[in-house]
Amino acid sequence: MSLDTRSVTLHLGLIAALIVLGFVLPTYHQGNLARILVLATYAVGYNVLFGYTGLLSLGHAMFFAAGMYGCGLAMHLGGVTVIPALVIGLICAAALSAVVALLALRTIGVAFMIVTLMFAQSVYLTALYLGEWTGGDEGFVIAQASRQIAGYALTDPLTRYYAALSLFAIALLITARMMQMSFGRVLIGVRENEERTRMLGYDVFRHKLAAVVISGTIAGAAGAGYAVLFGYVGATFASVQYSIFPLLWVLLGGMGTTIGPLVGVAFMFYLIDYASGITNAYMLIAGAVLVLLTLFARAGIVGEIRNRWAPWLP
Amino acid sequence: MTQTPKTSRRRLLKSAGAGALLAASPLIGRFASAQSSAPIKIGFQQHSTGIGAAYGRWYGRTTDAAVKMINDAGGINGRPVEIIAEDDGTDPKRGAEVVEKFSNQHGCDVAFGTLFSHVVIGSAPAAGEQKIPYFVVSEGHHVASGALNRYTLQPGITDVKSQVQAMAPYVSENLGKKVTMIFPDFAFGHDHRDFFTAAIEAQGGEVLEHIAVPPAETSFTKYFPKIPRETEVLYHVMVGPAVLTFVKELGEFFGPSSPAIFGFIDSLEAVDLASPGLEFLEGTYFWEGNPRYAQADQTEYDQAFRAAVGVDDNGASVSDPSDVSTYAHMFGCWETLNIIKAGMEASDYQSAADRQKLIEAVEAMTEMPESMQHPQGPKLFNGKTHQVFGVQYISRVENGRLVKVHTTSIEDTLYPDEVDYTTQSF
Repeated sequence: MSLDTRSVTLHLGLIAALIVLGFVLPTYHQGNLARILVLATYAVGYNVLFGYTGLLSLGHAMFFAAGMYGCGLAMHLGGVTVIPALVIGLICAAALSAVVALLALRTIGVAFMIVTLMFAQSVYLTALYLGEWTGGDEGFVIAQASRQIAGYALTDPLTRYYAALSLFAIALLITARMMQMSFGRVLIGVRENEERTRMLGYDVFRHKLAAVVISGTIAGAAGAGYAVLFGYVGATFASVQYSIFPLLWVLLGGMGTTIGPLVGVAFMFYLIDYASGITNAYMLIAGAVLVLLTLFARAGIVGEIRNRWAPWLP
Repeated sequence: MTQTPKTSRRRLLKSAGAGALLAASPLIGRFASAQSSAPIKIGFQQHSTGIGAAYGRWYGRTTDAAVKMINDAGGINGRPVEIIAEDDGTDPKRGAEVVEKFSNQHGCDVAFGTLFSHVVIGSAPAAGEQKIPYFVVSEGHHVASGALNRYTLQPGITDVKSQVQAMAPYVSENLGKKVTMIFPDFAFGHDHRDFFTAAIEAQGGEVLEHIAVPPAETSFTKYFPKIPRETEVLYHVMVGPAVLTFVKELGEFFGPSSPAIFGFIDSLEAVDLASPGLEFLEGTYFWEGNPRYAQADQTEYDQAFRAAVGVDDNGASVSDPSDVSTYAHMFGCWETLNIIKAGMEASDYQSAADRQKLIEAVEAMTEMPESMQHPQGPKLFNGKTHQVFGVQYISRVENGRLVKVHTTSIEDTLYPDEVDYTTQSF
């Protein structure tokens, strides 16, 4: 079996398994998995920049929030229906990521991290200052009745699950395909040796710019998806912790792997969910597990599987 | 072929279980009149971690005390009450997940408890979708403003709009009519800015200056020169870890000649007034939802409430005087749980199928006299807005203690309805 065939089989197989899971999972876990899929979409977007291009952003929450507020405000204040609102969210995230990329890509390394962090903080504070429209730190609720597509209520658990799965599947397939194309190979080249890639004649800046925009837009799609599927928009999602989360998820799942983000989000979600049932100090348990994983699975869960047993894993 | 009964581990455990049940028979007898003796499960959305952890700790203690009182009196409809606590991390995303967990995993009858507004607003859609009654103890205006849904109610604590509005008559009559407001530049501060400005103008006063402080600020000296010289009252509602710095710097700025100072105790909930740097607060005034220090005219209900929760006359834990309570808010858990009990009994609540009947029963409530169920004071519930109204207290810092100087009427706290949830379908 060729690498491409294996890759296609893996991704379609994963999506097929998730389709089946929607029918067999108990309601509680079905709801959890819907959330996990939306957040995994966010992580997939982050992975494009961090995992494949090697650019560590500490401000991705601004793109998630741009999609969330763009979509949410269009529905809440503008009375726009779900599909156009999602498109508005995507446009907001794409526009913001393009502007941020043009400015932040003038820096590299630690400076890039700091600049993205500062931009994200500006977006967070803007959301607070414009409280008259955004609800500030309290946020706002998107009316339950408006959260439907073609008569299908996104508040219905099964509909919501498949909507979340659709979002994730699109992001996964786009990135998986992208990494098989020459564009994706160049991104990996930038990550591995930027100077060499430049000397080979590739326009590194343009590729990095495209990576930030694609990454930010996918993150924004996740934010818009969260708003319509779960009905809440708030500044918390623009705060620094929501910039750290995708970094953590991707590191846990395996940076530069297509399915690593999903594995990372699911692992972290259930680790907290179960540990919080044991003790209030559940973050201590989560921290200890993360330290152990960092020590013994440095490439992340999927990355370690790839290193040890399945080098073909995309 | 017949099998000879033999002692197995499972059989032994069954026998032991039956023995344990017999041993517990007095407890069973107490709940015997119920159609089902299964416990009423109340999901407690608790701020165990995150910025609301101090509130969560005391909300937890109050909840435990209230449940003990309810169970000692026979439970609800003859069934014991069981609290299922889940930490929401003071985070709206986790809050919504916790509400779903109560409904789908734990099989809770209702959810209750949370304080921070963003967690309430983030969780309310999940409550509406799960169709689980969600009793919040938040004091936010979100419920009464109509922003949430029919499944979300706030019957055990008043909201910030009514609290702020009720302060204006006392402030204008006793402290001054020219006010300068210092507030954090986010929703909590904006609520105070908007509601108090309107309220003081209705009393013939005015706000000379609104001074908004960015949320991440750690030093406040540069904001104080903006306070107009003719200011008669300085109204402050700073919250968070920087509040001690705020008070200290305010004291250094004004020295002994300051205008009258009025604040909300939210700034200093769970903070010891004897903390270094707070000496400047001597002689200043605070809104209190419930007086932290036992007052000279303390009611028997407040006395019993303190004893049940484990709070001394200074508002601190009886086991650790440095562990100061969130006394101005935590009574809301006690009162809310008693309202859930009253609502379930009025609607003959038996199972989750009766959740709508429970909501309708609570919506039908009106007057709640001061009692062991309502130790903070009498209340008036508005079923249309799902919001309770009640008396508010103003205290003055005297010798390092908060001494009550004024009690508002319930009428001072009322405002026109902004929503009628009863018109919404379930």
